[in-house]
Amino acid sequence: MTIADGAPLVELQHINVAFGGVHAVQNVTVDLRPGEVVGLVGGNGAGKTTLIRCLSGAHPADSGQILIDGLPVSISNPRDAKARGIETIYQTLALAENIDASANVFLGRELTSRFGDLDDAAMESATRKVMGRLNPNFRNFKTPVVSLSGGQRQAIAIGRAVHFNARILIMDEPTAALGPAETAQVRDLIKQLKSEGIGIFLISHDIHDVFDLADRISVMLHGKLVGTVSKADVTTDEVLAMIIMGKLPTEVTQRDLAALHG
Amino acid sequence: MTNVADAPPVKVQMQPQSRRSMSGLIAQTEVDLRLFGMLVALAVILLAFDILSGGQMISPTNMVTLSVQATGIAIIATGMVLVIVSRNIDLSVGSLVGFVAMSYALLMTDWFPNILHLPADFPLTWAVALAIGIGIGAGFGAVQGFIIAYVGVPSFIVTLGGLLTIRGLVWYLSQGAAVSGLDPTFQLIGGGAAGSMGATLTWGVGVVGCLAVVWFLVTARRQRRRFAFPVRPMWAEAVIGAVGCLAILGLAAFANANYWPKGLADRYAAEHGLPAGLQISTGFPYPIMLLIGVTIVMSWIAKRRRFGRYVYAYGGNPDAALLGGINTRWTILKTYVVMGILCAIAAAIAAARLNGSTLDVGQSYELYVIAAAVVGGTSFAGGTGSIAGAVVGAFVMQSIAYGLSFNGVNSPGQNVVAGIVLILAVGFDAWNRRRSRSS
Repeated sequence: MTIADGAPLVELQHINVAFGGVHAVQNVTVDLRPGEVVGLVGGNGAGKTTLIRCLSGAHPADSGQILIDGLPVSISNPRDAKARGIETIYQTLALAENIDASANVFLGRELTSRFGDLDDAAMESATRKVMGRLNPNFRNFKTPVVSLSGGQRQAIAIGRAVHFNARILIMDEPTAALGPAETAQVRDLIKQLKSEGIGIFLISHDIHDVFDLADRISVMLHGKLVGTVSKADVTTDEVLAMIIMGKLPTEVTQRDLAALHG
Repeated sequence: MTNVADAPPVKVQMQPQSRRSMSGLIAQTEVDLRLFGMLVALAVILLAFDILSGGQMISPTNMVTLSVQATGIAIIATGMVLVIVSRNIDLSVGSLVGFVAMSYALLMTDWFPNILHLPADFPLTWAVALAIGIGIGAGFGAVQGFIIAYVGVPSFIVTLGGLLTIRGLVWYLSQGAAVSGLDPTFQLIGGGAAGSMGATLTWGVGVVGCLAVVWFLVTARRQRRRFAFPVRPMWAEAVIGAVGCLAILGLAAFANANYWPKGLADRYAAEHGLPAGLQISTGFPYPIMLLIGVTIVMSWIAKRRRFGRYVYAYGGNPDAALLGGINTRWTILKTYVVMGILCAIAAAIAAARLNGSTLDVGQSYELYVIAAAVVGGTSFAGGTGSIAGAVVGAFVMQSIAYGLSFNGVNSPGQNVVAGIVLILAVGFDAWNRRRSRSS
């Protein structure tokens, strides 16, 4: 596995987000290169999701800068993000459960006919295509999402991101709701998208997931960035020490590592 | 390395439903079962009252009257569906109908001749008045929608305030007076013998309706063929087409079996040198045509336009709509503008039927409109509801009121029953949801 060279695809610089008096994200800087998977890890409430919501336009940062291809951009809502090729798979999936798969895949970006009418047949056709790749057993194109299984819903949320040919993909806990077979499928997909040159931010609780897929790992604790390390240079225990104690591999002692295992 | 867009096309799997069972046969027709069930319920209600009245109630005259009475509520209910689907409510519709109805009356009796100095035979008076009324309705809707969507005051409070404020403004419009004497053409919007299409046009509408059904089925089928999706079996298309056409032509025949009142027909005969005892078919009244038009347009907006899709998506999951990049505030504001326009159309029917307006036109419409939408399957949980369902819901409520009244139950008694029916309908919906979730 190689780490892609060249200028970063996206850089988040000195990002701050506060909710009332709570500093959810403090002065965090991370970057992502084309064809690279950056794992974003940390405990609950570490600020991973909040940081990434700045990039997806769901919640603009209070201060800080976002650079894409080295140029500063302003992302103040999800439309801005999508216009710049940033697709997000939210942990909540963000599906409207009362409408069907293709309506969700194209939500906010519907295909229309000449007169501006929704072209449901064209949208269904495209959805069948992308779902055929993600979940070949998927058949329920006409039923509201509410009656589908967790794995099928996840596939729709991923299909939405994949269909629009993202350059930057944000995946927030993409396998949290999945069984072993579906998890393996998502891992294969991530590897494939990576080989296509897409940059992926992968948020996960599962340190093994991250070690399997990521090139670099950025660790957050209490809203601050502990550090970013190359996967090749660290062990899982060292990353755990970063997550739990906030200590970089250079600072951590053998005693600390022993303490991790009680 | 495969690009997403170049991924091999997936073979479309046909999904033949079971042909053995009755439910399998019905499933193949892909008919909206809920709507079908409500039409059956409506028929049962009408038949029950007909039997109670000794076979007196179901006659062309009574049914045309009942339908015209239901139009105002039904028209507004189509908009209430969008409002409730997007997790809001509009309590101000009755007051808005009153305000716009009074505006029509004043426009044609006072403002046109006395302020704008237009001659009495000013052409298209009715159309100008209607356009101004629709503008007023849309304006009130936009103001309320803005406060709800952009300022963030709950819709219940905003429209409750609207209910009081707008009803109060009606008094200031006319200084408390009732106003009458509308443009004769405008009066046709209200129906009645003159405000109906007559036999020939009614048959014409019936034929056009049949052609529309066939065209609709053919284009839908062609569209699905274009992408090689499974289509209905041919027999199902034929059955749907035949039933649809028969229903439309049957309604046309039924409406044509309603005749002008005898006195009116005799006067017409005398004026035109025709023998007395002439029977003139009324056919479809104009307000019914207005309702049909509104239902088609609103269904099209709800199902085939982005705006409708966004309303339903927002109702299903507001966060998903927002994260999908939908301008949700603008969408909500527009639902209230649509509501205002529909109120103005309903107000035109009400004012035309009265040949004027009083202070209490549209009073408690909001309750009947909400009841119609909810009986028609719109859920307060948001995200579910159909335009056609709300129209049928309005007819169900009106049929119950009409049937009770026909059988001698007074207005308070009708309210008692209407209230109980509303609670039963919502209770049934809740029960149905629980059942489908647990299975």
